[in-house]
Amino acid sequence: MNLSLENRTYVVMGVANKRSIAWGIARSLSNAGARLVFTYAGERFEKGVRDLAESLDRKDSLVIPCDVTDDEQIKGAFTRIKEEVGVIHGLAHCIAFANVDELKGEYLNTTRDGFLLAHNISSYSLTAVAKEARGLMTEGGSIVTMTYLGGERVVSNYNVMGVAKASLDASVKYLANDLGKDGIRVNAISAGPIRTLAAKGVGDFNSILKEIEERAPLRRTTTTEEVGDTALYLMSDLSRGLTGEILHIDSGYHLLAR
Amino acid sequence: MADIQERITKIIVDRLGVDEEEVKIESSFKEDLGADSLDVVELVMELEDEFDMEISDEDAEKIATVGDVVDYINSHQ
Repeated sequence: MNLSLENRTYVVMGVANKRSIAWGIARSLSNAGARLVFTYAGERFEKGVRDLAESLDRKDSLVIPCDVTDDEQIKGAFTRIKEEVGVIHGLAHCIAFANVDELKGEYLNTTRDGFLLAHNISSYSLTAVAKEARGLMTEGGSIVTMTYLGGERVVSNYNVMGVAKASLDASVKYLANDLGKDGIRVNAISAGPIRTLAAKGVGDFNSILKEIEERAPLRRTTTTEEVGDTALYLMSDLSRGLTGEILHIDSGYHLLAR
Repeated sequence: MADIQERITKIIVDRLGVDEEEVKIESSFKEDLGADSLDVVELVMELEDEFDMEISDEDAEKIATVGDVVDYINSHQ
């Protein structure tokens, strides 16, 4: 048993910039020898993702657009992946979105549109991409998504995103059950707060980080490297007995009562 | 003082992919430098790192021009 991912290909969805959790995962997988396919959400992110992909030692990454709200684009993206790389061995889903106005104040003020948008992009998208990825994981595989404690308990300002993460967590379990017979495992990483572009949209994010530094058992905030290495474990055969699980990579913060 | 402005200009040039000459003290990020709202958030994060400081959500929302950034950094160093 070793940690090498040589001769394996992984799809990483959701890199926005160098601070992205998806980028931490990409680096860990790449360092283990994997070939990567990056998908980006729209033109706005293309150059940034291409530049990051080119900074890796392996120069054979594939970089393609995939707007997860559009079934045709998802289909198109996986058709292209099939043509260019053939078999894939795993997929990291690091995608979430909610209206920034709804990530502060009372959850009660969430609009119907805002609720559906957050669930569409942050939760349903996992099911939508798993459906397409299944056909390319002919040697078995591992699907990893990113969740957060705010889906299990109330975290100030996280609001509709917390409710969407609860839906995502439940999807992980149902997908794990559906895909297990194909040798595909589905797990989630519940990362402690990390200073990413997405996190900055959550109201008063800096004080959430301070709370972790002061109170989490490990007395430090979570890094994208820690999440990346956990994803490496989940993508590798070391975790072959694990599916439908949510791993808390959060310096132990989830243990605490307030 | 000049040093701070130079450091800020470098971050803006890197982040927004604009020419250095375009970055004037009165330049508006959104109107003159083509930044979208995510660019502004990224810029704020780069500034927090570069100057080892914390820019609150409220203060970040008030940043519209290059001059706003220079003033903010100068008054919070």
